[in-house]
Amino acid sequence: MAFVDPGQIRDADAGQKGDVLLRVEDVSLSFGGVKAITAISFDIKQGEIRAIIGPNGAGKTSMLNVINGFYHPQEGEIWFRGKKRKALKPHQIANEGIARTFQNIALFKGMSTLDNIMTGRLTKMKKNMFWQAIWRGPAEREEIEHREVVERIIDFLEIQHIRKTSVGRLPYGLQKRVELGRALAAEPALLLLDEPMAGMNVEEKEDMSRFIIDVNQQFGTTIALIEHDMGVVMDLSDRVVVLDYGKKIGDGPPDEVRRNQDVIDAYLGVAHD
Amino acid sequence: MAFFDVFFWEVVVSGLLAGVMYSLVALGFVLIFKASGIFNFAQGVLALFAALTLVGFQTGQVPFSHLINAVLGTNIQHWGEGTHTFLAIVLTLLVMIGLAWLIVRLALSKLVNQEGIILFMATIGLAYVLEGLGDIMWGADVKTLDVGLPTGPSDTIIDATGMFVEKLEIAAAIVAVLLVVSLTIFSQYTKMGRALRAVADDHQAALSVGISLETIWWVVWSVAGIVALVAGVMWGAKSGVQFSLSLIALKALPVLMLGGFTSIPGAIIGGLIIGVGEKLFEIYLGPMLGGATENWFAYMLALVFLLFRPQGLFGERIIERV
Repeated sequence: MAFVDPGQIRDADAGQKGDVLLRVEDVSLSFGGVKAITAISFDIKQGEIRAIIGPNGAGKTSMLNVINGFYHPQEGEIWFRGKKRKALKPHQIANEGIARTFQNIALFKGMSTLDNIMTGRLTKMKKNMFWQAIWRGPAEREEIEHREVVERIIDFLEIQHIRKTSVGRLPYGLQKRVELGRALAAEPALLLLDEPMAGMNVEEKEDMSRFIIDVNQQFGTTIALIEHDMGVVMDLSDRVVVLDYGKKIGDGPPDEVRRNQDVIDAYLGVAHD
Repeated sequence: MAFFDVFFWEVVVSGLLAGVMYSLVALGFVLIFKASGIFNFAQGVLALFAALTLVGFQTGQVPFSHLINAVLGTNIQHWGEGTHTFLAIVLTLLVMIGLAWLIVRLALSKLVNQEGIILFMATIGLAYVLEGLGDIMWGADVKTLDVGLPTGPSDTIIDATGMFVEKLEIAAAIVAVLLVVSLTIFSQYTKMGRALRAVADDHQAALSVGISLETIWWVVWSVAGIVALVAGVMWGAKSGVQFSLSLIALKALPVLMLGGFTSIPGAIIGGLIIGVGEKLFEIYLGPMLGGATENWFAYMLALVFLLFRPQGLFGERIIERV
């Protein structure tokens, strides 16, 4: 991704635009007797913005949690970069190049904006921490490099003025932006956004949409996002997958999905058989 | 003026040095609380366990000897002459790091994302387990700990100022300063330190940026174990290694209430205030109140703080959004 000088980092595994980056196959997830997800399959292609939509309780966030490893599905497989993924822990999956934001903002409230975004670089920091405690030379040089990347992200998200502010004190909209910044700092191959615009006013939504599109177009980052605002979803996304009661009821480009009768029924609240 | 004679300063200095001993215990609490949001009830027992293990290695005691003798009908107590103090300290450090790993693997890793109170309950359980383990491994008798720290009053200070100051307490003060400096550098200026602070704030978010909770917790509990060892050595050298050592954790509570649960400098200054406060109070006001005020002064002071400044002197302010 382009927060780093071009050519400096070139991910060997990165595929061509249009290749399948992540494939979910027949994934089922249940909590005790409650089925959250039932036999869902879909794929996310390199370079696209993929929206996951559906009414409340449809299993969208559960799906995201499966992808980033908070939940392990009882059935089904996940293929990432052409390889079947083992049951990894969330921090291992982060190291594999999947970053995310949360519906209810999960920032490190005691830290400044800058430090929060710096934590996003942790997966990129190679120097051993014990080295750092003993002799700070190389580690310091590395810290400066990461700091430069982070400053570029701060510029990109237009949050220079809150660089040193502790994030607990920021308004909601800005917190969402810092959280996006932290996810971007990991230079992820796949960026998962869980309702990036929830609770925002129109202006904030427009800003956030612009950032999402820029991230996707300028840096080619693949994005999967959950969103409730239909207008936003239709404008932003290349393809949409629709969930309802843990099942997939639609999948395709926005226009096609919009005309799908099952989707219309789900959103208008037609009684289930 | 009686307040500024040598005797007054002697009281102040001995109070400060006693305070350092409290701070050493409080430090262990602050470390774990800062890094994992857990109030670690087992910190005092951890100090006891560390001291027991150190004495055990030093004197060449066979761990679990009572148990082995009871089961096999043998009579083994010691293997050889014991180990050199330095080697014993290194071995004890390794034991504390291994213990930290066990605590994380067997208990804490099962409790990710749980409420603080549940983790707190787990540490109460841990305190009992460790106390029992210490008993079975090393026996319940009072042991003397001699790691070569200087004891007795310092002649230099007596000659220069006429004050009577324990060498051991001066050593404790120096060790505490070294400990705090290195801990501060570790938590503020290293990548690991940033990861520690991240984990303390939000488990899920920390995982999502690629931080392994188990690794971080292992580091934190290892560091707390090392601090416990230092506290255990100091207290053990002062009053012998016995099971009442685990109760020094109680003395750390008022220190924490004064200093704030999240502040390393707070733990130090809180300890100093309580050390000096209780000595001065005992000497100058104690006789009017029937004496023995040292037993309750610290708690009363903590109570006053809880009423007027619940976050302590240096704690993070509690801001609740409504």
